[in-house]
Amino acid sequence: MSAKFDLNDDGVVVVIGSGAGGGVLANELAQKGISVVCLEAGGRHLPQDYQNDEWGSFGQISWLDARTTSGDWRVAKDFSGLPSWIVKAVGGSTVHWAGASLRFQEHEFKAKTVYGEVNGANLLDWPIGLSELEPYYDKAEKKLGVTRTNDIPGLPGNNNYKVFEAGAKKLGYKQVHTGRMAINSQPRDGRTACQQVGFCFQGCKFGAKWSSAYVDIPQGEATGNLEVRTNAHVLKIEHDKKGKVTGVVYADKDGNQHLQKARIVSVAGNSIESPRLLLNSASTMFPDGLANSSGQVGRNYMRHMTASVYASFEKPVRFWRGTTMAGIITDESRHDPSRGFVGGYELETLALGVPFMAAFLNPGGWGREFAAAMDTYENMAGMWIVGEDMPQETNRITLNHAVKDQYGLPAPNVHFDEHPNDVAMRNHAWRQGAALYDSVGATQTYPTPPYPSTHNLGTNRMSAKARDGVVNKWGQTHDISNLFVSDGSQFTTGASENPTLTIVTLAIRQADYIAKQMAAKSI
Amino acid sequence: MKKIITSKGISRRDLLKGCITVGAGLAVGAGFVAGSTAVWAMETKHVTPNEMATLIQMSRDIYPHDNIGDQYYAAAVKGFDSAESKDRVEAGVAALDAAAQGNGFANYLSVPWEADRANILRGMEQSAFFQTMRGNLVTGLYNNKEVWPFFGYEGESYSKGGYINRGFDDITWV
Repeated sequence: MSAKFDLNDDGVVVVIGSGAGGGVLANELAQKGISVVCLEAGGRHLPQDYQNDEWGSFGQISWLDARTTSGDWRVAKDFSGLPSWIVKAVGGSTVHWAGASLRFQEHEFKAKTVYGEVNGANLLDWPIGLSELEPYYDKAEKKLGVTRTNDIPGLPGNNNYKVFEAGAKKLGYKQVHTGRMAINSQPRDGRTACQQVGFCFQGCKFGAKWSSAYVDIPQGEATGNLEVRTNAHVLKIEHDKKGKVTGVVYADKDGNQHLQKARIVSVAGNSIESPRLLLNSASTMFPDGLANSSGQVGRNYMRHMTASVYASFEKPVRFWRGTTMAGIITDESRHDPSRGFVGGYELETLALGVPFMAAFLNPGGWGREFAAAMDTYENMAGMWIVGEDMPQETNRITLNHAVKDQYGLPAPNVHFDEHPNDVAMRNHAWRQGAALYDSVGATQTYPTPPYPSTHNLGTNRMSAKARDGVVNKWGQTHDISNLFVSDGSQFTTGASENPTLTIVTLAIRQADYIAKQMAAKSI
Repeated sequence: MKKIITSKGISRRDLLKGCITVGAGLAVGAGFVAGSTAVWAMETKHVTPNEMATLIQMSRDIYPHDNIGDQYYAAAVKGFDSAESKDRVEAGVAALDAAAQGNGFANYLSVPWEADRANILRGMEQSAFFQTMRGNLVTGLYNNKEVWPFFGYEGESYSKGGYINRGFDDITWV
């Protein structure tokens, strides 16, 4: 039974966002008996509402509020108003995520130490290491039901995977399998096994994929300690004269504003909205925004080095059938500067339907060359490239006062310039991906540029010292002890792995910390 | 597609009577544009039939799929036959025709080779008119469920239980 809290109840923890960070934190706190109000900007869409239709689903669940872009990244030219492709709904981007659930590697927590000085990069070591997170990774993998952990078998390989695996072996890669996926390969946790529908990015209609939308949120609500308010868009975080946060102002679905009081506030609105909210909450006491004494709020925006390789073959592949991303090669995720760059990347299977392929294969492309590629659609295989990108201070979220959102607040501008290390890594990955498909008889390969960002990271980064970042190793802001950040914006560096498992891991760990601090009355 | 077929009850012979064939497979008559074999026809209310025929040809030249009939391109641009788009279409087609004339042709529709039409389009690739047309086609053409079979794409699969028993791993050539 869902709880119902009064707006003036100043004993609650307010969690802003209900995705991998906020949704998990809200549930974990509720399980411990802590009162939680979770404010979600979007509506509640559940598996029965999801659409096996790329543009239909895009219109239904995407975050489409006003945003602007700048910088030399191609997204700013091709999709200038859509820097990221994330979800505005209960469950956040765990509704459309692919399910790839990989632990970070030890060296990736120590990027500055291991990679050394990289010109133009604002590298920093995380204030935590793998060993500290391992017990929480264990819990996260159990929660998500990650395949190839906890004796859960791997998913079967689909047609796209068959091509991918054969090419990987020809190329001499050793680490290739159908992934560690938060998608049931057998019934588990009251949810069915994957039915190979193929629309993982549009929300899993069978609920075989873990999402906080239909796992953590209802679990939390069942405790009686969690109230989720939907279509509740937080505009500002308020504080008192001592500099402690006291509540949040949000707009409801009709645009009416409410003040919800709070003992603790957690920000988990993804790496564009979270820093934007802190910046939009500027006050006389905090003229540069909340928790921004370091000036790092909004900076070091990372989006992973991404790209794709598609390839055409003589015979059909029908790569849209089955689990979209159940296929991975991890050989290239090592740190090996002899390749011409620091850090590493993963290769993961990927397929798009005809509508998205037309939009993303070569944005802006047209003519017979483009149409000829589309004509081979049925015979295509595809992979996504995801690697570590360099944090840069000038890659950042700022407030664009010239563009206002539906509430009259400045829209976020997302500035991103590629670092030479990102470019070198992408070129290497494009070559490897093409060589993989060539080795199994590709007639054509297509080095496809990045899509609007799905992995948005780093804009409220974790640091040992207050001057280097925004939050400490618990995601607690250095400046304000009862203000937390619980999403991927905490990431000090991006690592080469898909971020969701680590966001969930940090949220479970943060819930333990918050509960202890509350019990000790230190916050 | 039925929406744009307005030749109800009219015989192919009647339809084509008095028509002028333009471009590769298009015919225009009073108030309508049609496939030259008259298997489909589309009335125009705000733009001229000749302008609509030009938009259809231009669409095919932007995304030339030789196994996809003109009626699908016509469906993709039908929305431009509106009061709001009328002036933009008129100016855009005039610019296309002027560019064709600069290359020694009477107008865009009379340029016989696709490569020559593509060159004309490339010269105006940065124009708002071209970008609007291309952007509209990305969804107007490729998000039309009726064209998906031409690409082999099967669309939604949930109602059929996914592909777990329907060939998610059925290829044998690898």
